[in-house]
Amino acid sequence: MKKTLSVALKATLPVFFGYLVLGIAFGLLLSQAGYNALWAFFISVFVYAGSMQFVLVELLRSAASLLTTAITTLSVNSRHIFYGLSFLDKFKNMGKRKFYMIFSLTDETYSLLSSVKAPKDVSEKDLFFVIALLNHLYWIFGSVVGNIAGNIIPFSTEGVEFSMTALFVVILVEQLLAKPNILPVIFGFASSILCLLLFGANHFIVPAMLLVIVLLFAFKTQITPVTDCEGKNDHE
Amino acid sequence: MIMNSTVTSILIIAVTALVTFITRALPFVLFSNKRRLPKKLLYLGTYLPLAVMAVLVVYCFKDSLFTGTSILLAQGLAVAAVVILHVIKRNNLLSIGAGTIIYMILIRIL
Repeated sequence: MKKTLSVALKATLPVFFGYLVLGIAFGLLLSQAGYNALWAFFISVFVYAGSMQFVLVELLRSAASLLTTAITTLSVNSRHIFYGLSFLDKFKNMGKRKFYMIFSLTDETYSLLSSVKAPKDVSEKDLFFVIALLNHLYWIFGSVVGNIAGNIIPFSTEGVEFSMTALFVVILVEQLLAKPNILPVIFGFASSILCLLLFGANHFIVPAMLLVIVLLFAFKTQITPVTDCEGKNDHE
Repeated sequence: MIMNSTVTSILIIAVTALVTFITRALPFVLFSNKRRLPKKLLYLGTYLPLAVMAVLVVYCFKDSLFTGTSILLAQGLAVAAVVILHVIKRNNLLSIGAGTIIYMILIRIL
């Protein structure tokens, strides 16, 4: 088990730093909204969704309706629906831990689990579990520390919520650099700006998502590169 | 900085936690026994995340986009800084940290 721990610690080091900084930003933001460390702790334990927790602070601030909360969460986390697809087999024989593995499948955990390779004397399932658990612990720790700091430090931390914007922009840039397909991005921007105009700030996400899906299917041939061969190509 | 009633807050958090878990559990519930994933779903899985990130970026501008305030300017400049920094250095922490600091400075001086 010690070897598993040391492999996991090494693999999760970048996430440690990332979650610490982001967790602190979340904790600070939460304290600005009037919630103390106990709230930060329980939110990070039970919600455990980086970007969504930032949006959650906004939802709490505006006392959003439960319907708005549900739909916004669904939209913001919709990409997580596809994460599980990659791990259908790997989580299958993990017994009682399977529930936790599914629960803790964040962006960063997903990336790590997709890229980590267990050395010969370490069980992959044990490694997966420890990685998921460590990431969760880092996040909880950062949130609580940030929240306490937010209640102690005298100077204004106004503007720290921009870290959420920066996070989304970074993820977008990374995805674009990995898969340079500009049409989906254009559709995303166009749909959301249009729906923002039509439906207002608090009601645009659902129509925007629907419009995006329609556009993605309408322009499927333009989006899918010719080299994405399904065995039907005539050229080499 | 008035807090809403505890019950309201707990309900909002509970719904968020539940829906978050549902989004993560959905593939395991729907596809645990079948072998073939529908092609349409695979297609969405490949390209939807890209589009969604763009929607989320707009979400961050939802209150400022159609106002002509200095906040919008600060956001725009800081986002530009994040993009440039990230394309050059490809370091998540650096891009997010520096961008946030730049924004925090800009909203105080603009």
